[in-house]
Parts: sequence; C-alpha cells; structure tokens
Amino acid sequence: MSQRSFVWFCLLPLAVVTTAFFLLPMARLVVAGAEGPHGLAGYLAILTEGRYRATLINTVLLAAATTVVTLIVATIAGMFLQRHRFPGRAVLIAMLTFPLAFPGVVVGFMIILLAGRQGLIGDLSNRIFGEKLVFAYSIYGLFLGYLYFSIPRVILTIMAAVQKLDVGLEEAARSLGASPWAVQRDVVLPALAPAFVASGAIAFATAMGAFGTAFTLATNIDVLPMLIYTEFTLAANFATSAALSVGLGLITWLILALARTFSGSAVAAAG
Amino acid sequence: MNTAGHGAAVQIEACGKTFADGTRALDPATLDIARGETLVLLGPSGCGKTTMLRIIAGLELPDAGGKVLFDGKDMTSVPIERRNVGMVFQSYALFPNMTVADNIAYGLKIRGVAKDERAARVAELVALTNITGLENRRIEQLSGGQRQRVALARAVAIRPGILLLDEPLTALDAALRDRLRSELNRLLRALGITTIYVTHDQAEAMELGDRIVVMRKGAIAQIGTPREVYFAPRDRFVAEFIGAANIVEAPIDNGELILPGGRLPIRDGATGANATVMIRPETIRVTDAEAAVLSGVIDSISFVGDRQRIVVSGASSKPLNVDAPNTILAKVGDRIGLSIAPDALRMLPSEP
Repeated sequence: MSQRSFVWFCLLPLAVVTTAFFLLPMARLVVAGAEGPHGLAGYLAILTEGRYRATLINTVLLAAATTVVTLIVATIAGMFLQRHRFPGRAVLIAMLTFPLAFPGVVVGFMIILLAGRQGLIGDLSNRIFGEKLVFAYSIYGLFLGYLYFSIPRVILTIMAAVQKLDVGLEEAARSLGASPWAVQRDVVLPALAPAFVASGAIAFATAMGAFGTAFTLATNIDVLPMLIYTEFTLAANFATSAALSVGLGLITWLILALARTFSGSAVAAAG
Repeated sequence: MNTAGHGAAVQIEACGKTFADGTRALDPATLDIARGETLVLLGPSGCGKTTMLRIIAGLELPDAGGKVLFDGKDMTSVPIERRNVGMVFQSYALFPNMTVADNIAYGLKIRGVAKDERAARVAELVALTNITGLENRRIEQLSGGQRQRVALARAVAIRPGILLLDEPLTALDAALRDRLRSELNRLLRALGITTIYVTHDQAEAMELGDRIVVMRKGAIAQIGTPREVYFAPRDRFVAEFIGAANIVEAPIDNGELILPGGRLPIRDGATGANATVMIRPETIRVTDAEAAVLSGVIDSISFVGDRQRIVVSGASSKPLNVDAPNTILAKVGDRIGLSIAPDALRMLPSEP
C-alpha cells in the first residue's frame, strides 16, 4: 500500500460518516424543502410569509442581543478572572463554566425556577411590590437562558486571549499618558478582537439554533427552531419545515460570514 | 532639535520593594540623578534593577516610607500616565494594531496635539532615529533593530522629563547590539533628557553611563562613574562583575604581597595577615622570567586577535589571567615573568 492510498484509507471512516449522516440528510432536506405545494418558492416563504419573516427577525435579534451582552459580560469577567488571584477563584471559574454541562432543557427549567410563576423573582417582587413579576415564558426568559449558556463558551476563549496579552503594551500606553479607558480602547480591545469574533460567532450560532430552552419555556415564543418544530410535528408540514431548516442554516452562515468580513480589518490589525 | 534641556532631576529616597508574597525585591535605596544625566542600573538578573526602574516609572509603588521626587516634587503616588516619562521596554511593546507613525504619535494624540503638529513631530523623530520610509509599515513587518528605534522614537515623542530604558538592546543579536549601542549613545547625548538605563551588560553600562549603579541582591553595591567602578571597585562582587579581574588572596609583609611565585610591591602601607587584592588582566606585563620578581608557567593561551589571554599558574595561589599584546610569542609550558605596577593592585575588603 502506497503512502497516498494509506492516507485515503485512513480517511475512509470520516468519508462514510460524513456521507451517511451529513451529506445525505442535507441533500434530502434541500430536496424536501422544494416538494411543497409551492415548489422552490417554498424557500422564499421564510422571507415573504409575514409570520415566518417576523419569527426570523425575532430570532436574529435575540441571537444578536445574546451575543453582544455575552461578549460584554464575559470580557469584563474574563479579564478580571485572568488578571487577579483570590481565594475561591478556581471555584468561581468552575461555576461559571458549569452551564456547559447542561442541556437546554435544564437551562429552561432553571429559568422557570427563577422567573416562572412559582419563581424566586416572582416571590420577591410579590412581597416587595405586591405584584408577581413573571417573565420566564417570554422572549426575556429565553434571552436570560441563552445568556446563561453562552457566557461559559465565551469566557474561556476570552480568558485564554487575555493570558496571551503582553502587559508591556498596556504599560507602554500608560507611560505615554493614556488613561485606563484609553488603554482599554486603544490597546486591549483591539488585541482581543480575534477572540471576540471567534467566540461571538459560536455564541451567535448557538443562540440561533438552540431549541431545548425555548421548548421548555415556551408556548408563546416565536423563534425559528420552535417554528420548525411546530410545522413539522403539529402541522406535519414537511416541506415548509425543511425549507425553514435550510433557511435557518443559510442565514446563520451568511451573518457569520458578514461579521467575519466586516471585522476582518480589525482582526488583521490586532495581528 | 529643541528637545535638549527638558530633563528633570530625580531623587529616590529610601525606596524599597517587598512583593505581596513577601519577597524582598529591593532594599530601601536612595539615589540622586542629576538633570540630563544618564544613569545606568547594572547587575545580574534578580538584583532589583528593574524594580527600581519600575518604581521611578510609577509602575510599582515603593514600600511605605519610600519617596520618588522629580525636580523636587513628590511623585510617589502619581500614576505613570501623569509622570511624563518615556519608557522603552525590553519587548518594545509596540502596538500591533497601529502603524509605525501611529505608534510614534500615540502619546501626542492622547495629549490632544493637533494632527499637523503630530505629523511634523513624527517626521522629526523618524529622521532622528533613522527609520525614514517605514512610517506606514505595520509592526510585524519590522526587523528587531527597526522595532527598537520605533520604541525609542515613541518614548521621546512626548518630550518626557525622564527617559527609562529597560534592557532595550538585550533582544538583539550581538553585531546589531554594538551598532545600536553607539547610535543610542549619540542620541541620548543629543537629546539631553535625564535617562535611566537598566542592563545586565557591563559593556553597555560603561559606554552609555555617566554614572553606573551596580546592584546585587536588591541592594546598591556601588555608585560611580564607569572609571571609578572599573578602577576602584568597592568590593569583590563589583570587581568581578565589571570587566575581568584576578582576585588574589595573600598575606602582606613589609610592603610586599607574598605570593607562591614571588613578591609584589604594593603602594600603600597596608598590612595584614590576609589581604584581598584585585588585579586587572591588562595591567599585568609579561617580562623575562630570570629578572622578574614574580613568575609562573603558562597554562593556556587564547589568541583573540587584538590581544591574547594567557593563563599563568604557579604565580599566585590561583591561576592568573593576563592580557598580553598579540606580538608576544610564547607557548604553553613556558616559564614567564610578570610585572605589575603597584598602582594596579587594588585592595578590596576581605569577604566575611
């Protein structure tokens, strides 16, 4: 066996798995999407049909908000955790990264325990203001849940990036007269830009496609994965759900590609 | 250049540094640095020289009781961003997200200097540091020597009262280091800024320093001009750290040092059962063995071009290093005579 054919032989399992479980179902999905009453036009429904379009916009906004807030929270926390040593630091990091181990259902459950009808926040607000504050079953509850499981994904990437920062850069900027804010703006944030793009992309894609949390929380939340689920199981509308699935994938991919191009100059600058 | 004469005088009063984990990095030290002077902090790694520099910079706070004064003004609690110091780091710490020109202009931009004025100042500095033509390059496109120049240009762009350099040449290869050293020397003289320069390289310290502060284990071992620390080291550590030195321990009798290979007349009337004496290799002259008061046998010869280093055993209790002219023809095993002027023998305090 030559060196070349040996390499191909080793790649065979990957090829088989990719074909069987990725390419074939994808192809089938794409075909199924066009098999509805409107044919290929079914693909455009995600944009043309009012209800679908609203859901799409909802989902993108939710994912974008999750990404932005996660980046802000995780950057501040990651920078602090990487730069300071204090008792309980290891425990805190472990706790912050704990949600990685939870499926979306558990996260949804926790949101209900926090902000549901019997939740902690409702209890507290009832006692103080005499009114029960319940938001677990709305898009705000979902946002909180997504935030909860996006933060660990981002915080670890940011911590690794902060560790690689040259402290000398910050000291140099300060010696030149830069205030702490200016140091962050001109030196630290540009240097962390690649980490923002990489971890932000993961947070965004996860929030676009997450289903378990949405499913646990709710009935009246319109996000794309929920929509696909209802079309598929309740309405048995195979073609539409297939078209929506492909659409969800494409749109997520497109937004990430745009974000990458857009931030390309910033990333190169941070070299 | 109208940068000359804006240096500040620096006083360091009883500045020590103990880190949070209890490590003593610097014993309380007091230093006066004159306006426009170039002072070199010299010592092996871990001697406290960088800590001292960082205290002057404002990157470290001295232990309670320590004070840093610029032109008589107490700066101890003023943070680095308001001390108006220029700093060059060993890693250069150039901003990778900015061009060469933006790096140099950064301090001016922070100070709100107008764009035209910034451009003029950048042009002035790239000319001064010989990096004309690189203004729009990115940092990763520069060689080590170019980075060093950009770092220096950036530090002096803000017309600092004090220029602080932390091993600025250490990251460069030997040939470039020598070239940049003389360039740096010319530049520092031209700028006339008060300069504090940290290095572990004694050749750098000699060439650049108006005065050298030799440091050891967190304490100042000696302060003096390059000539003073070279010719009149205060102790054995300074003698051995600066240049090459033979340290001879021998009894003194009747104005003469008693050595296994003969007797050496000494200058002053020092006496003692056991004296410690420093002899620089270049002060020892090779003479004819028959007539000499001190003689020994050649152990080894290393020819280095401009001179030869001869190791002679039997003359002293330990082999003596002798720097002889490159014209002397001798071979290993020859017996040679050594003569040393009494002035070249430097008494050192005996080590406890």
